[in-house]
Amino acid sequence: MTRYVLRRLVQIIITFFLFQTLTFFLLYAQPGDIANQYLLNPNLPPDAAEQLRKELGLDKPPHLQYIQYMKNFLTGNLGVSFTNYPRPVIDIIKERLPRTLVLFFTATVISFYVGFALGKLLAWKRGGLFEYATTVVGVTLYTVFTPWFALMMIWLFAYKWNLFPTGKFITPTLWRNTPFTANDVFLRMIWTGVWGGVVAVAAYLLFRRLPPPYRFFSGFLALFVGIIAAVIPWIHSPMARYALDILWHMILPIATLTLISFAGTMLLTRNSLLETMREDYILAARAKGLPEKVVRDKHAARTALLPVVTSLVFSLAFAIDGGVITETMFSWPGMGLTLLNAVVQEDIPLAMGAFSFTGMLALLAHLAADLLYAYLDPRIRYS
Amino acid sequence: MSNATATVTVPHKPLWRIRLELFWKSLRTNWSLFVENPIGVIGLVIILFFAMMALLHPILMRTVWDPSVYDPITGYDFEILRHPAPPSWRHLLGTDPLGRDVLSQLMYSTQTEFILGVVAALITVSIGTMIGAVSAYYGGIIDTLFMRLADLVIMLPFISILIVLSALFKLNMLKLALVIGILSGFGGVTVIIKSQALTIKVKPYIEAARVAGGGDWHIIFVHFVPNLLPLSFLYMMFTVTSAIFSEAVLSFFGLINIRMSWGIMIHTTQTAGYLLNVGQYWWLVIPAGLAITLLCSAFYLVGRALDEVVNPRLRRR
Repeated sequence: MTRYVLRRLVQIIITFFLFQTLTFFLLYAQPGDIANQYLLNPNLPPDAAEQLRKELGLDKPPHLQYIQYMKNFLTGNLGVSFTNYPRPVIDIIKERLPRTLVLFFTATVISFYVGFALGKLLAWKRGGLFEYATTVVGVTLYTVFTPWFALMMIWLFAYKWNLFPTGKFITPTLWRNTPFTANDVFLRMIWTGVWGGVVAVAAYLLFRRLPPPYRFFSGFLALFVGIIAAVIPWIHSPMARYALDILWHMILPIATLTLISFAGTMLLTRNSLLETMREDYILAARAKGLPEKVVRDKHAARTALLPVVTSLVFSLAFAIDGGVITETMFSWPGMGLTLLNAVVQEDIPLAMGAFSFTGMLALLAHLAADLLYAYLDPRIRYS
Repeated sequence: MSNATATVTVPHKPLWRIRLELFWKSLRTNWSLFVENPIGVIGLVIILFFAMMALLHPILMRTVWDPSVYDPITGYDFEILRHPAPPSWRHLLGTDPLGRDVLSQLMYSTQTEFILGVVAALITVSIGTMIGAVSAYYGGIIDTLFMRLADLVIMLPFISILIVLSALFKLNMLKLALVIGILSGFGGVTVIIKSQALTIKVKPYIEAARVAGGGDWHIIFVHFVPNLLPLSFLYMMFTVTSAIFSEAVLSFFGLINIRMSWGIMIHTTQTAGYLLNVGQYWWLVIPAGLAITLLCSAFYLVGRALDEVVNPRLRRR
């Protein structure tokens, strides 16, 4: 197992290098170069432009530029953003990365849960009106034109019914004269979330050991305990209102993302379960006279879960990529919006930084998928 | 005497006719399997509907619609004072903020979307099938090379790459189709097609072909590729969905060099500031968004239904 992980890590590092190389050559192959940003200024005399070009290292041959680029990247020097001058790119990314991660992680977990539950039902009730209706609705949501769908959600829930804010991360008027920044509150929220999650899992493992009649509610109870554990530290905190404000801004994007992506898990679960249901041990379980629900949840669904779990992590990578769209529509200041704004405003250092980090996240998600898969499937043992 | 040699006419069919008949037969079986699933039929009906729209547009432009008013890009209706105008008999879906007919734009864009989707899908599938067959057939270093490449491509953030690419270079429709085709061709499709090709590799007829003296390329083209085509066709459907979707997203953000498309229609609405007035100006946002969604999901649905035809394990007993 350790050897497998190491091998995958090496592989991912190589892939990441290739990715960075690709990024560099994209940058290099574009018409003109980065200095053109400054050179468009007509007040700049030609020799000053030449000076600038020299200072930025653009007069060197490409392979030296490439080495410099890699060196800078590995030492965390991604340059200075043009549009947020003089903030370094790495600083901006540090601020925005957690926002993207939290948004998409939450949405992926929820949509995975919903999709898995629905997928089980679809496979079991194959061929009925329920299946066709759910599939068509699911696929329509899955392939919906995301910007448009997000817009419809904003229009309906934020504009017409006024239930949620139309977008953004915080309500500026509320945050006037606060002694802490939005990021302070947000980081604390993340830690609370992690803490609540740990407590919930621990509680779940504990409740599983109860005698049968109580055991059936262990999932709900664990969730409840986890939520309580997460809420307690906030009760007397002055940050609580502000945290609630951020939460309020998160609901609509998360709901939208969930609606868009649950069908992927649902359809995959259905197919995977349909294949599992042909196995002999399902027939045996039925022949034993076990209730349908037990056959479905305990015998079939567990095997069928494998490809679905892998897809969960893949879909996280996919979601972060597609996040450009959702974040833009909800003006959620994460990596996606940063990438798009940087691209539109031709802030090349920031765009390249955001792009590299999106790629890195995708790579890490893939590694996580492999590990999870190896852990879950006893038939697979990497050596 | 020449008449003595009686010519016996053997009912000899040329090979191509036998092949055609076989093809026709398998098509009919697959069709009946496909029709069994209403999901695929729904998708097909939607695709046909849009194909009709695409075909009807040039005809309407020649006959009923005056080009100076109804041209999707340069038209302007002077008889209406305020644009965007709500739907009327003159403009069934109203006009956009620049005074152009929305229905005409919608129909005109359908052609573009079809061309883009089909070109991207053809490129994807040609690359995927070729590489899949070659790496399954040869194995070894070629296989490793292409599969690692596929791993890399799968991990790339697709939309972000397209955004960065279209920002750095000015992409037009064909270049976009090429980029989408190459990116998805070298990625996931290759891996899936290769695993299918591996099951073909161990079939007896491959052995037979090799014994009969068939060369490598002959075996790949005559025995591998035709057997991979059903799967390739299936993945064409999914590629069309992703191509249309990507184009719409890029157009919506105004990053691409296309004159008219569904995404650009919404982009125009956005730049003119009517985006959040969906209730009042629904015809500016709903038709285009719905068209993108419907066509994307139609291809996806057909792909799903084909999956059940191609993959016997998903079939009903």
